[in-house]
Amino acid sequence: MKIGIVRFPGSNCETDCLEAWRVMGCEADMLWHRETSVRGYDLVVLPGGFSYGDYLRTGAIARFSPIMPDVIRHAREGGLVWGICNGFQILTECGLLPGALLRNAGLSFICAPQCLRVENNATVFTRAYAPGQIARMPINHGEGNYYIDAAGLEELESEGRVVFRYVSADGAADAAGNPNGSVQNIAGIISREGNVLGMMPHPERAVEQLIGGEDGRGMFRSLLG
Amino acid sequence: MEAQVWREMGLSDEEYAAITARLGREPNYLEVGIFAVMWSEHCSYKTSKPVLRRFPTTGPRVLQGPGENAGILDIGDGLAVAFKMESHNHPSAIEPYQGAATGVGGILRDIFTMGARPVAVLDALRFGPLTEESNKLLFRGVVQGIGGYGNSIGIPTVGGDVYFDAAFSGNPLVNAMAVGLLRHADIATGAARGAGNPVMIVGARTGRDGIHGATFASVELTEESESRRSAVQVGDPFMEKLLMEACLELIQAGVLVGIQDMGAAGLTCSSAEMAGRGGSGIEMNLDLVPRRETGMTPYEIMLSESQERMLVVPKTGCEARVEEVLTRWDLEATTIGRVTDDGLLRLTEQGRVVAEIPVAALTDEAPVYDRPAAQPAYIAELRAADLSGLRLRLSPEETLLALLRNPTVAAKSWVYRQYDHQVGTNTAALPGGDAAVLRVRGAGKGLALTTDCNCRLAYMDPYYGGAWAVAEAAQNIVCTGARPIGITDCLNFGNPEHPEVFWQFTEACAGVTAACLAFDTPVTGGNVSFYNETPERAIYPAPMIGMVGLLENIGKICPNVFTSAGQDVFLLGETEGLLAGSEYASMFEGLVAGALPPLDLAALRARLEFILTANERGLLAAAHDITEGGLAVALTEMAAATGVRVDLPAGSAVLPSLFGEGPGRFILAATAGAERELAALAAEREQPLRRAGETGGEELIVTAGGAPCFALPRARCRAAYENALGDIMLA
Repeated sequence: MKIGIVRFPGSNCETDCLEAWRVMGCEADMLWHRETSVRGYDLVVLPGGFSYGDYLRTGAIARFSPIMPDVIRHAREGGLVWGICNGFQILTECGLLPGALLRNAGLSFICAPQCLRVENNATVFTRAYAPGQIARMPINHGEGNYYIDAAGLEELESEGRVVFRYVSADGAADAAGNPNGSVQNIAGIISREGNVLGMMPHPERAVEQLIGGEDGRGMFRSLLG
Repeated sequence: MEAQVWREMGLSDEEYAAITARLGREPNYLEVGIFAVMWSEHCSYKTSKPVLRRFPTTGPRVLQGPGENAGILDIGDGLAVAFKMESHNHPSAIEPYQGAATGVGGILRDIFTMGARPVAVLDALRFGPLTEESNKLLFRGVVQGIGGYGNSIGIPTVGGDVYFDAAFSGNPLVNAMAVGLLRHADIATGAARGAGNPVMIVGARTGRDGIHGATFASVELTEESESRRSAVQVGDPFMEKLLMEACLELIQAGVLVGIQDMGAAGLTCSSAEMAGRGGSGIEMNLDLVPRRETGMTPYEIMLSESQERMLVVPKTGCEARVEEVLTRWDLEATTIGRVTDDGLLRLTEQGRVVAEIPVAALTDEAPVYDRPAAQPAYIAELRAADLSGLRLRLSPEETLLALLRNPTVAAKSWVYRQYDHQVGTNTAALPGGDAAVLRVRGAGKGLALTTDCNCRLAYMDPYYGGAWAVAEAAQNIVCTGARPIGITDCLNFGNPEHPEVFWQFTEACAGVTAACLAFDTPVTGGNVSFYNETPERAIYPAPMIGMVGLLENIGKICPNVFTSAGQDVFLLGETEGLLAGSEYASMFEGLVAGALPPLDLAALRARLEFILTANERGLLAAAHDITEGGLAVALTEMAAATGVRVDLPAGSAVLPSLFGEGPGRFILAATAGAERELAALAAEREQPLRRAGETGGEELIVTAGGAPCFALPRARCRAAYENALGDIMLA
């Protein structure tokens, strides 16, 4: 598996992603946003952070970075793309994933551990998890409130493309378990072809016991096959 | 020149006369402005310098002591930690979001200027009571500002402390500490050397924002302060992120002679300080300074505090390399002058010399004042108060719940949930414990970080308060298993021209000195913030301490909470605590009074060594010190996952035992099977350790000789503790 992590100006989780892959026994490359090709890579990671300061709107400027046309080409040709947090916001902005990420319902930035339910483990990103498994990963965002219109939601749900949902500790996808007001507690979704995944929680922050748990390892293991 | 001109800039008539004598001529307007900021309290430390000189600043770990942008301590393996704390009180009082945000931005620049990659931010905050809407507004704005800047730039905000007291109404304290890691080989300094070397300005363009920030910080807050909003800068964390990456790249590439951030008094202070440290002169052509506005005068250019700018002196011939790196990060680098060997700060505009001042006159020769100090009358009055007649007004249970809902005592999760405290994936002990612990990746070590100061105690007895701020920080560091290795300080006081305030300052600093000697924690740098006064009052003295501890083996990190049921619980130290200066006395009796017994620093050091040894030998499952709110609050804080039952000696007085405070009191939990070894070690070290109970169940129960003191469901205590601050802020 050849992995490239895109570094936009203002990205700040790119090194964390690199270190997480290292913990999982795999080296990844850093790709500067001014590069124009991701050829040769199996997986392109769009990491968290505040690309371009998140000015204008989260992810709105990063989608115009020189590297993005080739990331989109890579995705259209079936290559794997994984957007985490700001990366998810960029994926919705550039149209690789549907919907949008709005300001958190409580209007505050939230950094906290969060329980997720694995809704679909039949993806290349989540196959190491059991169906319905509860995984704890930190969330860390001010704009993670996932929105999609009714028709779009129906499509996502019917096609099983909601991969993670925010839940309470007992596994219920209720209001108490929803930290940011996302529609149907949606925390992560996947493209129809199953090769582009976007999620707000940070699995790269959950691969070591010392720093808060290992529940995120499943995603890395899934991808490594 | 009219006397009004220099007076409005903050210079006294005597200072103006001294300038004229030194120059041998009348200074022009620009020169007066430059002297005014360089001789301001904020930049010159003219009042505090004689007192600060007494701090212990040396030690085997000290690689860089006071005088640079940040202090640096050796942590072994060729690695070092750079750290510094600084205030941003006045700007935050006027514009809380930007005031706090630029406070974070400024202190981060101090760290990466030294060649260190910032790895953590902590914030020591003081506000007036949240029952006043204006204080709530300041608190909310400051927290959002810290988060807004730190989250975006991607440095975790891992800890700090927050207190609420009427003494800070209208004059909040916002002290930010930043910590960075570097290799010894990469240490950079802010000195301009080598005549002919270019002087470059890199980063953001210069605008009219923040003019007079330094002089603004050197006067009291008044009704008119609101009109000084233009003295508050506006931060751009995205720009600073780019600037940080570019500067670290330049330092590691070895192309720089010196580098200095532009904070207070912008280009003036950075160029004068760089030349001063290098024993050089600097000549700058102001026409070349990139600006974001037209029509700026030399005065405005030199005094601007536009954020996210640095002054760098590369080696001759390396200008293109600097430009190349900065351009890659979408930033500008412009040569604006050169280093000279004539010891002068010379500024030109349109080919004319517009200012020419000996650098030494601005730096080393700035005036130093020996202010009169006088013990305020209130000290003796407070000391004489007799607290022996205090009795509980409510049941112990109701008292505890009320204390837990007190914003100063309550959990600060409402605050740190708004901060990214995990970016960098090295945060091993999250906010909410005694100290944050950061992993030093690849070295197997950890850094423990904390900020502390009980300002109420510092008001009652400044010497005690100064010493206790260091001692409490050491207690917190040791509870994580780390050994304290050094401190930075941020000394916040009222107007030092008042002899009573200056007495508070000298006493507090003497206390800090004594404690730093006792704990072998040199002072590596810091900041003084005077003039923290409103028309109504001066603040409580606030000698804020930021301490760094070293954990040689990150695997030996000691939890501050009970992690499971069935652990033996021990109490270390005196059973009955002090009511003088306690949260209880303040909250229930409105009393900030009583005598504080002398702090036995040597005894406290021995106690901390005992805890460190016990943890080193793997005997501790948890450790936590008993401070604000006393034993009952400390037990609640530890009961995150399980209940606990504790028995005090028969006949213990309930009020001082449950709610008293004071130094050297700890709750420890032993690892399974280690109980006897722990007790034996305590006996050998002559430490007052008592087995007092065990963890388990879903209640918090305290008895004395078996007789009930109080019992409460754990969930009820935790809910009060966890939710109080959020409930107040959302109300």
